[in-house]
Amino acid sequence: MLGTTIHELTTAFARGERSPVATAEAYLARIEALDAKVGAYLTVMRDEALAAARDAEARYRAGRPLGPLDGAPIALKDVFCTRGVRTTCGSRILERFVPPYDATMVTRLRTAGAILLGKTNMDEFAMGSSTEHSAFHVTRNPWDLGRVPGGSSGGSAAAVAGGLAAGAFGTDTGGSVRQPAAFCGVVGLKPTYGRVSRYGLIAFASSLDHVAPFALDVVDTARLLGAVAGHDPLDATSVSVPVPDYEAELAGGVKGLRIGVPDEYFGTGLDPEIERAVRAAIEVLRDLGATIERVSLPTTEHGVATYYIVAPAEASSNLARYDGVKYGLRVPGKDLIDMAGRTRAAGFGAEVKRRIMLGTYALSAGYHDAYYGQAQKVRTLVRREFEAAFARVDLLAAPTTPGVAFPHGAKADPLAMYMNDVYTIPASMTGLPAVSVPCGFSAAGLPIGLQLIGRALDEVTLLRAAHAYEQATPWRRRRPDLG
Amino acid sequence: MADHSELETVIGLEVHAQLSTRSKMFCDCPTTFGAAPNSQTCPICLGMPGVLPVINRRAVEYGVRTALAFSLRLNAACRFARKHYYYPDMPKNFQISQYEEPLAEDGWLEIDTPSGVRRIGIQRLHLEEDVGRLVHEGEFAAAQASLVDYNRSGTPLMETVSRPDLRSPEEAAIYLRAFRAVLLHLGVCDGNMEEGSLRCDANVSLRARGAAELGTKVELKNLNSFRNVQRALEYEVQRQAEALAAGRRIVQETRLFDADRGTTRSMRSKEYAHDYRYFPEPDLVPLKLDPAWVESIRADLPELPRAQRQRFVSQYGLPAYDAEILTQSRALAGYYEAAVREHANPKAISNWVMTELLRELGGDDEAAVARSPISPAHLGRLVRLIDDGTISGKIAKDVFARMLAGGGDPAEIVRREGLTQVVDTGALEAMVDQAIAANPKAVADFRGGKTAAAKALVGQVMKASGGKANPAMVDRLVQEKLTRI
Repeated sequence: MLGTTIHELTTAFARGERSPVATAEAYLARIEALDAKVGAYLTVMRDEALAAARDAEARYRAGRPLGPLDGAPIALKDVFCTRGVRTTCGSRILERFVPPYDATMVTRLRTAGAILLGKTNMDEFAMGSSTEHSAFHVTRNPWDLGRVPGGSSGGSAAAVAGGLAAGAFGTDTGGSVRQPAAFCGVVGLKPTYGRVSRYGLIAFASSLDHVAPFALDVVDTARLLGAVAGHDPLDATSVSVPVPDYEAELAGGVKGLRIGVPDEYFGTGLDPEIERAVRAAIEVLRDLGATIERVSLPTTEHGVATYYIVAPAEASSNLARYDGVKYGLRVPGKDLIDMAGRTRAAGFGAEVKRRIMLGTYALSAGYHDAYYGQAQKVRTLVRREFEAAFARVDLLAAPTTPGVAFPHGAKADPLAMYMNDVYTIPASMTGLPAVSVPCGFSAAGLPIGLQLIGRALDEVTLLRAAHAYEQATPWRRRRPDLG
Repeated sequence: MADHSELETVIGLEVHAQLSTRSKMFCDCPTTFGAAPNSQTCPICLGMPGVLPVINRRAVEYGVRTALAFSLRLNAACRFARKHYYYPDMPKNFQISQYEEPLAEDGWLEIDTPSGVRRIGIQRLHLEEDVGRLVHEGEFAAAQASLVDYNRSGTPLMETVSRPDLRSPEEAAIYLRAFRAVLLHLGVCDGNMEEGSLRCDANVSLRARGAAELGTKVELKNLNSFRNVQRALEYEVQRQAEALAAGRRIVQETRLFDADRGTTRSMRSKEYAHDYRYFPEPDLVPLKLDPAWVESIRADLPELPRAQRQRFVSQYGLPAYDAEILTQSRALAGYYEAAVREHANPKAISNWVMTELLRELGGDDEAAVARSPISPAHLGRLVRLIDDGTISGKIAKDVFARMLAGGGDPAEIVRREGLTQVVDTGALEAMVDQAIAANPKAVADFRGGKTAAAKALVGQVMKASGGKANPAMVDRLVQEKLTRI
């Protein structure tokens, strides 16, 4: 079970060598046995999963599976609305919230026959880089249970790494899928902004939130993306561009591709072990036929500061709706304002409150132009800088994170935590597609991620390069031992 | 400042019009008024976690149509923005509105005032979503609970802000009426102020006549009828004038109009003004209007009330007053013209529409006119029956009442009920002779010089005929016979 990919599972289903029901049962049994250690899940959807698996099994028996995800056991970050299944966003304020509707990506996964195993743990409202800010419990990294899995989609990353799901979805706002993918030794892809509908994704920062898959390899990643990508009439920011067959486009290698290596991603603060692994990975790409050249992205140093204006500003607005009136937690008060105040005081954790206050401040009269206005201008500069770089190269290669997975509690200082996103934030702010693919291990045996960034809507080139690299290296075969 | 006549009144109106689209601004819930609480809602207009807005194309079309009618300039870069404040009737605790890049800017509306035609500037027009409705258990202050009805939440609203060009409460009321008439002609709003589909706030200030700078303004809210707009402004102008006369300063504030008392009271002062923390709505992309689409909307613009009013005067020879009333809505004007097409007596038909019909319809909007039990053709035929002498004006009122009750074609009613006028001279002569024979006193009075006595005889004949005798013929016969006696 551990290390079995979705494409291996579905091939076996089609050949009658494996049963979708038995497979779902095996994953559920593994979750029951091991998740107490890992803490990947907040809600396990046992009955729904088994019912869906029985349907999938019937379709395979009839020789009519729904497609390449039929019967695949998948986990969802608890940020995606699931009809009839509570969706907490890792927060007390939504602890008992049961959505009356499915997110578009959930509908698409159900339509594709995916088996939804459950909802995974996350930093509250996706604000964090360690999954320590969940209101419910921490998630542990399957490679070292004393360390964080990254965040905010740490539950989904840990589930895939620990064999508690064959694939998973998270959301990436400033690196919340790529960073945990790197920490957990799995593939994490943030598609282009607008490529996947956000309808039903509980918003943190609307202009930065991306639906993003985790998988054991690039083939599965392509398959998961293909199932959820495409225009959605319910999301005005989703793009109306045909969806390629990502999996069919994986072959072809990197021969002739120009890959840029940005100087600013290899500066101070980068763990030497990571630099070594990433530079070695770039050499592998060169050996596979890519041309490597240095590029410069000087605005990189402003990325974190800019992000921590834009994201909290949008969050302060998006989270205004949690007031105890309509759904979720309600703490009674002497009047409406008092009720909203008490509800929010009790329902939100410290990091969420910190960002609401930051964002409210950044948007307030007299400060709006200096903060939010200025941040938007910097965002435009970052975008132009990437456009200029992509006039010369086809892809950028860089580390995903400056360090490996850190121990729980190691980054109590919010600023230290925020700096963890320094390499992932630029692709978030520009909306460009980026993938983290395993590229080695530290001396302590902790995974390291190579980040590739592509042109807007060119996930094909991005995944093709990631696939070529992955096929040329042994990393994906090493798996953590959970006992 | 003591003399009020030295003060000039400066008024600007903000009008919120609910667009009469079938679905809401950002979701496909219906906008029907008066449905059971919260029955017209979905996750989007309830502001559930995870939902996203999608712009209603029809609402934009209505906005463009209105902008073109008021000669506003459409913005090439038009965007939606979030306006933040906490109130339980607003499910997201922000309203999707427009701020720096409204749909259209800089137009005008010409109004006819007692002092002549005035062009009132319209500063901007933007689209936004309406909020829900709070129902408090008992009196607001003592209420133990409040209930929220989100049916109205997300209904498309169009806000238009006039420039401070209005110079009296009366002008403000004229502007609002003319504005409403345009919306009704465009078919973008039902104009019903009682149901809140048309709402008005007013900004009012006073300044020394001839001064270039504006005085401190006060915003008036809760003006839910034309009459209240005028009353509230009249009260407020008086209040400010008295304050200035007494040497007091005007406080910039929002005041609520109390229609029962006819006064305004302070709601909040500027120190407590909201910081709405506007920023561009990230869930919507900027709205780019296709020029070809805009042109097709322009080509479809109907005749506007002012032009129509002038045409009614020149084409039908109507008094300006009639033309004004008849062109308040596209529906009413259309009704009138259809009736005139049936029978070309424009003034008589105007009288019937303005007095009898409007009283029965209870409104001049599309829905009210559509509910009319009398078709325009039938009203035209009714007037024709009078004009060709088939029935008298008095009988016509009875026929009208029967038509209201669903009687249909007036000619049919007249025939069925035997209401045709008696115009047979022989029959009428017999009736006149009988009346003269039965009323020697009236005859004696007449001969004694009291010509009014003839009227009594005519009345007798009319009564005897059951109102069916042609009154003009009876009058002539009575006169002839009395003189001959």
